[in-house]
Amino acid sequence: MDITELTVHELQEKLKNKELTSYDITKAYVDRIEEKEKDVQAFVTTLENEALEKASKIEEERKSGEVGIFTGIPIGIKDNICTKGVKTTCSSKMLENFVSPYDATVVEKLNKERIINLGKLNMDEFAMGGSTEYSYFKKTRNPWDLNKVPGGSSGGSAAAVAANMVPWALGSDTGGSIRQPASFCGVVGLKPTYGLVSRYGLVAFASSLDQIGPITKDVYDSAMLLNIITGHDERDTTSRNIEKKDYTKALKNDVKGLKIGVPKEFFGEGINEEVKEKLEEAIETYKELGAEIEEFSLDIAKYSLATYYIIACAEASSNLGRFDGIRYGYRAKEFKDLKDLYRKSRSEGFGEEVKRRIILGTYVLSSGYYDAYYKKAQQVRTLVMNEFNKAFQKYDVILTPTSPTVAFDIGSKSNNPLEMYLADICTVSVNIAGLPGISVPCGVDKKGMPIGMQLIGNKFEEETILNAAYTFEQKIKFRENYKPTFRKGEK
Amino acid sequence: MAREDYEVVIGLEVHAELSTKTKIFCSCPTSFGASPNTHVCPICMAMPGTLPVLNEKVVEYAVRAGLATECTISQDSKNDRKNYFYPDLPKAYQISQYDKPLCEHGKIEIEPSTGRKAVGITRIHIEEDAGKLNHDDFGRGSLVDLNRAGVPLIEIVSEPDLRSSEEVDLYLRKLKSILEYIEVSDCKMQEGSLRADVNVSIRKKGAKEFGTRTEMKNMNSFRSITRAIEYEIDRQVDVIDNGGKIEQETLRWDEVSGKTFSMRDKEDAQDYRYFPDPDLVAIKLSDEYIENIKNTLPELPESRKQRYLTEYKLSEKDANIITSSKYLSDLFEGASKICNNPKAVNNWIISDISRILNETEMDPVEIPFDSKQLAKLVQLIDKGTISSSIAKKVLVEMFEHPRDPEDIIDEKGWVQISDEGAIKEVVLKVLENNPKSVEDYKAGKEKALGFLVGQAMKETRGKANPQMLNQMFKEELK
Repeated sequence: MDITELTVHELQEKLKNKELTSYDITKAYVDRIEEKEKDVQAFVTTLENEALEKASKIEEERKSGEVGIFTGIPIGIKDNICTKGVKTTCSSKMLENFVSPYDATVVEKLNKERIINLGKLNMDEFAMGGSTEYSYFKKTRNPWDLNKVPGGSSGGSAAAVAANMVPWALGSDTGGSIRQPASFCGVVGLKPTYGLVSRYGLVAFASSLDQIGPITKDVYDSAMLLNIITGHDERDTTSRNIEKKDYTKALKNDVKGLKIGVPKEFFGEGINEEVKEKLEEAIETYKELGAEIEEFSLDIAKYSLATYYIIACAEASSNLGRFDGIRYGYRAKEFKDLKDLYRKSRSEGFGEEVKRRIILGTYVLSSGYYDAYYKKAQQVRTLVMNEFNKAFQKYDVILTPTSPTVAFDIGSKSNNPLEMYLADICTVSVNIAGLPGISVPCGVDKKGMPIGMQLIGNKFEEETILNAAYTFEQKIKFRENYKPTFRKGEK
Repeated sequence: MAREDYEVVIGLEVHAELSTKTKIFCSCPTSFGASPNTHVCPICMAMPGTLPVLNEKVVEYAVRAGLATECTISQDSKNDRKNYFYPDLPKAYQISQYDKPLCEHGKIEIEPSTGRKAVGITRIHIEEDAGKLNHDDFGRGSLVDLNRAGVPLIEIVSEPDLRSSEEVDLYLRKLKSILEYIEVSDCKMQEGSLRADVNVSIRKKGAKEFGTRTEMKNMNSFRSITRAIEYEIDRQVDVIDNGGKIEQETLRWDEVSGKTFSMRDKEDAQDYRYFPDPDLVAIKLSDEYIENIKNTLPELPESRKQRYLTEYKLSEKDANIITSSKYLSDLFEGASKICNNPKAVNNWIISDISRILNETEMDPVEIPFDSKQLAKLVQLIDKGTISSSIAKKVLVEMFEHPRDPEDIIDEKGWVQISDEGAIKEVVLKVLENNPKSVEDYKAGKEKALGFLVGQAMKETRGKANPQMLNQMFKEELK
C-alpha cells in the first residue's frame, strides 16, 4: 500500500481500524517530499522534523484515549496564510524572513483538530499570477509534465496534492488561484462563497475578493476540509454569521433533476478545442446522470476580466502599502532619507508583477481617474452580480471550463502579462460576484494533461456544487484512470 | 490698506481623541503615557493578514458628539482608506471617513464681543490616530512608538464661519466643554487629545470670493492658536498689501519665535486615493439606536448656565466661567451641595482656583482635589476653624501636595486661635508695643486699628481670628 496515494477519508478509515498510525502517515509524506521535492519544487518551507515529532506525540495520545477524527492527518498550507513561529513569505523577497506572531483563524482551526503542518507551499508572489513562476524563490513544476507550470497562484498547493506530497492543502483564491491550478494539476479545488471562511491571517491581496479554500485529491476531502475551515469569525467583519454545516452530508451521488446552465460565452473564442471537447463530454455525462442542461447567455461576463483587474489592483495597491521596510520585511541596505528608504526597499523587495499591479492600482485610484476606472468597475461588479442572480433563478449550477487551456510551458507566458491575465477569464467573474466555485478534473488532453471543469453555485450553496462535482467524479473515476507521470514533456 | 479693510475667514478642523477604553479597530488600551510599543498588537502594528473590527463605542461617542452639536446623524455610513506613506502610519493608510461621515450639518453657538452667533459644523467623522515618531533622543535615526496608532478620533470640521481669533477661541472653548460634558473626550490639550488644524484666509471687506487659505496643523494650546492666527493675519495682509499672492500651503507655528513657517512645498501635494475600506462593512444605524443615544445625553453647558443664573443666582460672567468646563461645573455643584454655601464656592473657583489654573497652565480636569475637599475648605472658614487668609494658603497646599484640608491645617498648625484669653494676651502685647498707633486711633484715625490688627496677625502668624481681634482691640481702646 502506498500511503500517499490515499485520500484523507481513506486515511481516516485506516487510522480508525488501526491499520496505520499518524506517524506512519506523516513519515510516508516526509519521505515522499524528500523524493519528489527536487522535481516538483512545491515548498517554500518544509517542516519534516516538527511534523514527525508532532506525529509521535499524537500517537502517544491516541494510545491513551479518544482523539478527533482529523487528529494526526498532515496538511500543506499556502505561504500567504500566517503560521505562528513558521515563516510566512508570500513567496516574496519582501517577506523572505518574516515570521508571523500569530496564527491565521484557519490555522487555529487546523491546530484545534490536531492536523499536522508539513510545510508552507509555493505561490506567485503575493498571490499575483497564474503560473507560480512569479515566486521569488522557485518555479514549481507540474507533476503531469515537469516542463509545464502548475498554474497559480496556489501552484505549490495544487502540485503538492497532485504529486502526493501532502494529502490535502489550503490555497487562496482571488481570481481563480485555487481553481485554475487545481485544473492544471488534475485535483479538486474549491473557492468558497466570499464570507464563508475567515480571512483573518490571510495576507491580503484584494480584500473584497480573497477567500481561503481547500485543494484536495477528491470532492469528499474537499467537503471535509471545508467543514473544518468555515465558521463565523469575530475578527473578520466580512465573515458571515451563518449556521455551520456538514458538507459531506450533501454528497448524495445523485443529480437527477439538477438544473445546469451552460453559458455559451465560456465556450467561444480563446477556449482550446480539446478543453471544449472534454467539457462537452462532461455535459453529456451529466445528461446521462439525469441532470437538465440548458445553454444560456452570460454576456456581462466579458467585462469581468477588466473589472477584476481594476478592483484587485486598486485594493492591492493599498493592502501592500504596509510593506515599507519600517517594521518588518525587507529594508534596503543603503538609503539617503525616508523617501529613499521607501523607494529602494519597495523597488528591491517586490517582483515585477507585484510592482506592475501596485502601479495599476495606484493609477485607477488617483484623483481624476477614480470615477472612470474604480467607480465604473464597482458599477460593473453590481451588474455582474445581478446577472448571476438572474441565472440562479433558473439554474442550480453553472458549468464552465476552469481555464481556457491546459497547463502551459514554463516561460511561455511569464513575459506577456496580458496573455497571463487571460488565463483567468473563466474564473474571475466568480470572485467578482462573491460566489462559490469548484474545479474538478474531467479528463486529459491528447498529451495527457488534465482538464478542469468549473461548477459555480449561488451564494452559500456550496452543498449544491459539491454534490454535482461528487456525482460526476464517482461516474468518471478520474483518479483511477489517470495519474501524474513526472515526465519531462517536450516543449 | 490697513488690517481693518480686510475680513478674516477662519475654519477649523478639530481632532478629539475619544475616551473609549480600547482602540478603534483592536482591543489594545488607549491610555496615555505607557512605555513605547506596549499598547500594541498585530492589528494596530499592521502585521500582514490582520483585519480591523470597528469598536462600536466609537460610533456611539461620535453620534453623541453629533447630537450635542445639532448635527444630522447619517444612518448609512462607511469607512474609507486614506493612503499615504509615513513611518507613524503602519498600514500606509489611515482608516477614516470620506464621502459619508457619521454626522453632518450641525452648529455651535458662541458669544463674541460682536454679538451672539452660530458657527456651522460641516461634518464629524471617525478615524484612527497615527503613532508617534521620537526623533531626538536616539542619536542616529528616529524610533516609532505605535501606542497611539489606532486610538479613536473624531474630526470636527467647522464651516469657514469664524471671523477673528476671539471667535476661534470661544468656539474652541465651547466645543471643548461640550465634548467634556458628553464625556466622549477628556480634551487634555497638553497630551494632544484635542488639537486643531486652523485654516486662515483674508479677503477685502465685502468681497464674495474667499481668499487663498493657509493651514496651521496640530495646534494644541489656546494661547498659541490666538497668537498664530494674529501673526498669520498680519502676514497675509502684509503679503497682499505688497502686491504678493498668498500660497496655499501648510504652515508650522513656532512658539518660540512667534512666527509661522512653510512646512511642505506644493510639489508634494498629496493624492490620498480615498476608497471604501473593503475590510469593513457599512455602518447602518437605526432610528431607535440614535434615539436611545439622544435620550442619554447629559445636561449641556448652555442649559447648566441658565440653571446657575436662577438656582444659584450667579452672575452671567461667573456662570460662563464655571460652566465652560464640566470639571469646574461639577466641582461647583458638588461642593455647593455639601457645604451649602454656593456663594463662597463660586468665589473660590472664580478667584483663587482660576488664578492658579492660569498661572500653572493647568486644565480644570487636572485639579488634584475633589468637590468634597473644596467643600471642607469652605466649611472650615464658616466654622471659624481657619481664617480666609490661611485658607488661601491651604488651597495652594491642596494643589501642590494634594490631601484633605484638615490634614494640612493639622500638620502646619494653622488652626485659628479663637480662645479669648489667648487673643487678649496678644492684643495687650501689641497695644503695649505700639503706643503711637494707640494715640493715633484715639485721635480719630480709624486706619490705626487696621495696623494694630495686622501686627497681631503677624504675632500669631495669621492664626488669630480676625473678627475677635477687631472686637477686642475696639474694646480695649474704648
